[in-house]
Parts: sequence; C-alpha cells; structure tokens
Amino acid sequence: MKKILKLGFLIAFLSIFIVGCNKHEVKPYDYTAFKKSKPRSIVVIPPKNNSIEVNASYIYLSTLTKPLAEKGYYVLPVAVIDQFLKENGLPTPAEMNGIPLEKIREHTGADAVLYVEIEEFGQKYLVLSSVAIVRAKLKLVDTKTGELLWESGAFARLDSNNSNNSGGILASIISAALTQVIEDRTPEASGMANYFAIHAEKTGLLDGPYKTPKKVSK
Amino acid sequence: MVKVSLLVSLVSVLLLSGCGNNHLYYWGQYENIVRQSYVAPDEVDTATQISELEIDLRKAKDSGKKVAPGFYAHLGMMYAKQGNTVKSEAMLLQEKALFPESSVLIDGMLERAKKNQGIQ
Repeated sequence: MKKILKLGFLIAFLSIFIVGCNKHEVKPYDYTAFKKSKPRSIVVIPPKNNSIEVNASYIYLSTLTKPLAEKGYYVLPVAVIDQFLKENGLPTPAEMNGIPLEKIREHTGADAVLYVEIEEFGQKYLVLSSVAIVRAKLKLVDTKTGELLWESGAFARLDSNNSNNSGGILASIISAALTQVIEDRTPEASGMANYFAIHAEKTGLLDGPYKTPKKVSK
Repeated sequence: MVKVSLLVSLVSVLLLSGCGNNHLYYWGQYENIVRQSYVAPDEVDTATQISELEIDLRKAKDSGKKVAPGFYAHLGMMYAKQGNTVKSEAMLLQEKALFPESSVLIDGMLERAKKNQGIQ
C-alpha cells in the first residue's frame, strides 16, 4: 500500500514537472489566415474597458501605435479616428466597438482592425512602493472578410522596487524611489504589454510591409 | 520565482535596448501628446499640441528619420481645429504622400473640410 502510494506520488510529481516544462515551449501561432490576408494598414478602435480605471481606454489607445508601426504596419492616426467616430454619433469606446466592418473599411480604408479589451488596469500604492498592472486582449480582424487574423493576450507588471537606483547617495535614492512610487506608470506598463505581445517571436504579429529585413552590412 | 522575474527583467532589458537603436520612425512626443490630450486636455490644448509637434518635426529632420505614421494627420487635425485650413491641408497631404495607405481617410478629411468651408 505504501509502495503504491509512493509510486503514485512519484508519478504525480513527474507529471507536474513535465507539464511545467512543456509550458515553457511556446507553441507558434497559426498564421494561415494572416499570410493570406497580408494586411498593410491597421486601424485601432478605442479599447473596450472592463477595468475600473476611467481613463484606461485612452491611455491604452495611446500606446498601441508605436509597437504596431515599428512592426512595419501603417497605423491610422488613433486620435483622428476617435474624433471622427465621435463626430459621427459614437461617443464612447463601447459603441465604437460595434461598428460594422464594411463601414470601417469604407471610411478608413484600413486592411485590418485591431480590437482591444482591457481586463485589468491600474496602479496599486503600497506603503513603500507601487505596482502598475495592465492586462488586455488583442484581436486583429480582416476588414474585407471578417476573418480573425491574429489574437494575443497582453500583460505587463511594473514594480517600483524593480528599477535600480545607481546613485550612491541615500537621499537621492529616497527621492527617486518616492517619485517612482507616486508617478503613474500605467502608460509605460501598457506600452510594454503591447510591445511584448506584438513583437513576440512565435506568437506576435508577422513583419509588416514597412519593416525591411535587417541590413547585413557593417 | 526570483529567478523567473530576474530572467523576465533581463529579457525585457535586452529587448528594449535592442530595439532602441533601430526604430523605423522618429516618435518624439506624439504618443505622449495623444495620451495627455485625453487625460489632461486643459494642459495640452490645440496650440500646445501644434507647437510640440512642430518641434518634433524639426528634430525628426535632424535625425534623418521619417516621422511616425499618423503624425502628420494628427498635426493636420490640430491646424484644422485652429481654423488654419492651408496648413491643415498641407499636413494631411504630407501624411498621404508618406503613407499611401492613409488615402481613404485623408481624402475624406479633405472633402469634409471643403464642405465645411462652403458653409462658412
């Protein structure tokens, strides 16, 4: 009986180990639809916000252009698009997320739409530190076919303790730490979350038309 | 746990520093301005946005890099808000010249601007 139990424990332990190991191996994303669509331009719809932070949608929106454009895509001007949608009777991101794809294509000419849903967003202030956490879901959809081209989670956590203060004087460390605790780092966390999701090697976006292969020279 | 977070921070430092030098575009204050215009609209009014973005334009020229996608269109929208239709049109056309993918949006903006002028 004891032996069987022991064996059982061993098997359980090993299987946890194996499952744990497998988790580290990233399964590449299936890019079949993406490669067929080959989008050049992306329009970002202001994110749906499921967090309690009122400004989350627009803070997050402001951090998407850079990672998408640096991946080689034309990104339509986010604030111009937002303004246009507002002028056309859609005052909030929640309503903007319901526009039919044909309308989006007709007015923006974009090949693909990026839909974003914010799940967690904010900064927690502890006694001596603060933590900024951002979690969202990204979905890229073809405006012509409605097909899902890519999706990914995006996550970043910024701890004010993690940044190293290289200055040797105690006073400067304290003042630096204080500003980091107080400073709102959710924009930075959003930018990092997006960068990691979009530029991830096997699960991020494929290179867009403006991203030319790296030069071999030098 | 400590190891994992160490690894994550090491990887992120590598990633971020690695991309620091090979950016395709000059970004300047564009994303900050977009964010501030929503979070603190009183501090970042139209005139402030224009002057900040114009400074970025000069810096971009010095750096030899293209400005980011959407930059000229955003500046064009700001000039339109100020009533400067000539500058606005010039900026919108610049966006279209740099990025032909913007044609549908820019043509629509130019058309609406013309109609508005007709009303005035």
